[in-house]
Amino acid sequence: MTEKKIVDGRGSFCPGPLMELIVALKSSQVGDVLEVLSTDKGSANDIPEWLRKVGHEYISTTESNGEWHITVRKTK
Amino acid sequence: MKKILIVGGGMGGTILANNMARRLTNELKTGKVRITMLSATEKHMYQPGLLYLAVGKITPDELYRDQASLLEPGIEFHVDPVEEFKLDNNQVKTKSGKTFDYDYMAIATGSRMFPEGIPGMVEGAETFYTEETALKMFKRLQSFEGGKVVVTVGVPHKCPMAPLEIIFMLHDYFKDRGIADKVQLHYTYPIGRVHSLENVAKWAAPEMDRLGIKYDTFFNIKEVDVKNKVLRSEEGVEINYDLLITIPTHKGMEVLEKNGLGQNGWIPTNRTKLNMEGRDNVFILGDTTNIPISKAGSTAHFEADTLGENLAAIVKIGIPVREYDGKVFCFIEVGKDRATYAMFDYKNPPDPKAPTKAVHWFKMAYNKLYWISARGLL
Repeated sequence: MTEKKIVDGRGSFCPGPLMELIVALKSSQVGDVLEVLSTDKGSANDIPEWLRKVGHEYISTTESNGEWHITVRKTK
Repeated sequence: MKKILIVGGGMGGTILANNMARRLTNELKTGKVRITMLSATEKHMYQPGLLYLAVGKITPDELYRDQASLLEPGIEFHVDPVEEFKLDNNQVKTKSGKTFDYDYMAIATGSRMFPEGIPGMVEGAETFYTEETALKMFKRLQSFEGGKVVVTVGVPHKCPMAPLEIIFMLHDYFKDRGIADKVQLHYTYPIGRVHSLENVAKWAAPEMDRLGIKYDTFFNIKEVDVKNKVLRSEEGVEINYDLLITIPTHKGMEVLEKNGLGQNGWIPTNRTKLNMEGRDNVFILGDTTNIPISKAGSTAHFEADTLGENLAAIVKIGIPVREYDGKVFCFIEVGKDRATYAMFDYKNPPDPKAPTKAVHWFKMAYNKLYWISARGLL
């Protein structure tokens, strides 16, 4: 199993966690699992919505003390 | 003697050098400190000016000053880019073959556009991130008589406001030429709104609606079919175009990647202390960091202010005195005669106001004041 890659988008208003994820996916391999850290609650909607459109796998979202952890898998 | 080495003579490196030199005037005079800057070029470019060059508002000569003329007395300046970083030995080796030792080093080598990463982009699109491409784009605009103009946005890119600024400037450019009714402007953006900053997007989308600019969100360019003039996105959307303008994907400098300092040339950096992860005496500034904030001149500026104060304090009292709070300030040109701005940090989102002529004129003034800013005076 490959190690989970952390995409730390905490405190990022611009470019923001989704943009950071898009960049990270570009340099990842198919099958890689990435976990986005975000302090923006909008990420909990934005990221799964984009994943549905582009076709990567959305795995889960957890929230704790105003910090969201969104896990995804690169599928293509 | 403490040796401070700055690699890169752009905005971040220049402000840092001048900021430190002023704080360490006596130490420089008495030989307790040496500040050395290594740059790839003898000229300093005002990069935000490229936007104006692309729409014919300025000429190339207005973009440049001699780098040496911007530096405080006492700063050693060499046009001799670094080719090898020997971090374990606190040394760098340059193109000319010289070796420079340091006690503290700041790397501020900036970023470069990388349109080559998208098939068809180099051949099919205009852009404005270098003098050459900005001039080429302007000449193409001047010969364009009508059709569909599409703007695409790669990630990551330098200057987060550039996508909005160019679409609004294009609107006014074609309006001034009297062919706005023959031109359809079409804006695309990688995420689910027209800008990464939510408050900026909330303001910009209605502005585009008002001006008749169409937009597609969740559009990440996959390829340019130059023959058929069609764009295809990662999300499976196709858009045809007559003139394609791109905000290209960027990378850090190749030399950093070659030396193993960071993937794609972005160096892992502590977001408040600005040191390279795992190195206490190497600091990173501006576009070169991997910090998830805007790759913009103002980011480099505020980081340089922090680091200049800290390095001077380290020389004087042995420890840094403050942390970088993520501050960024970006002007947003909204066409040819109005502008607004976005200011934010790690904790506080921006709250942009309606664009005004006054802010536009302040931006026009800043385009000249930049040279004072680079000297570390503004």
